[in-house]
Amino acid sequence: MAHAEETPDVHVIPPDKEKIRRLWTVAGILGAVTAVEFLIAFTMPGGPLKVSMFVGLTIVKAAYIVGEFMHLRYEVKVLFWSILIPMIFVVWMLVAFVYEGMAIADVRF
Amino acid sequence: MESTSGVNVPAPGRTTWDGGVSPMGVSYGKLMMWFFLLSDAFTFSALLITYGLVRSSHQAYTGPVEDFVFSQAYWPIPEKVYEAVPFLHGVTLPLVFVGIMTFILIMSSVTMVLAVEAGHRMDRRQVEKWMLWTILGGITFLSCQAWEWTHFIHGSGVGASLSHNEYGPPDFAAFFFFITGFHGFHVFSGVCLNFLVYYNAVTGVYNRRGHYEMVEKVGLYWHFVDLVWVFVFTFFYLV
Repeated sequence: MAHAEETPDVHVIPPDKEKIRRLWTVAGILGAVTAVEFLIAFTMPGGPLKVSMFVGLTIVKAAYIVGEFMHLRYEVKVLFWSILIPMIFVVWMLVAFVYEGMAIADVRF
Repeated sequence: MESTSGVNVPAPGRTTWDGGVSPMGVSYGKLMMWFFLLSDAFTFSALLITYGLVRSSHQAYTGPVEDFVFSQAYWPIPEKVYEAVPFLHGVTLPLVFVGIMTFILIMSSVTMVLAVEAGHRMDRRQVEKWMLWTILGGITFLSCQAWEWTHFIHGSGVGASLSHNEYGPPDFAAFFFFITGFHGFHVFSGVCLNFLVYYNAVTGVYNRRGHYEMVEKVGLYWHFVDLVWVFVFTFFYLV
């Protein structure tokens, strides 16, 4: 294979320590939240409170992944809302269908 | 990067939406990746919501966790189903293995974001290094999933198939295969794309192109796969 030629005018910018530290902080938060979820899974009795805590912590993790790792927090507002608003309907769909499922369970059992 | 600098200011007397600028402030490719991911999020939501509907229409186990036995009459508790770890046969370690898998995927998301960061700085060596770590993370996750599936299918004799399983109602295993399988296939595609980006970085394609935006686009996809796993983890293994 032909040797890939370096473009002569490519110059590497030195890393911004602050930025990289921030990325690792986010990683730490994600790990910590997962650890807390594990703690809850084995210490708390089951029930609606436990489920809502899991859902809440999951949303925290999702916000960090989408906001920081996928950089959506720093994008133009139009793009931000174009992604977020459709997801609100999905959340509604989830609530409606789980509610429906519980109603089906009531009829069946 | 070409569309995010300078081009984004509308000419005098015109607004952002009169044309000639990128109103969303990102290149075409990145914007389309975002909308593809949105549509993919709909697909995963449909699967997870159906899971929620079917699960909540089954009876839940209400007794104490210690007395739990597998039965067709109610939905199983996840910590009783997923309690095995490779090389530790017979040891009960509920949710430990899936915790390790979650950790692996989050770490590979971190290495991906570091590759994107290195791409912004035109640092080819760093991009190569972090892309390799990301690929390694993806392959490790897939291997773990292969083990997880094998264990789930064999179980303790009866095991699991799409029509019936030893853990609970038939739908339980069907959803497990469908949702983790669909996610696993996304991971597999992600590993292929990551390898493509790694290959292009090594052969100097992005240096000649003058930017590493491709790393960013594939990075978006990879983070999305991690994001989906966060939800699968909660709704399948924790709740």
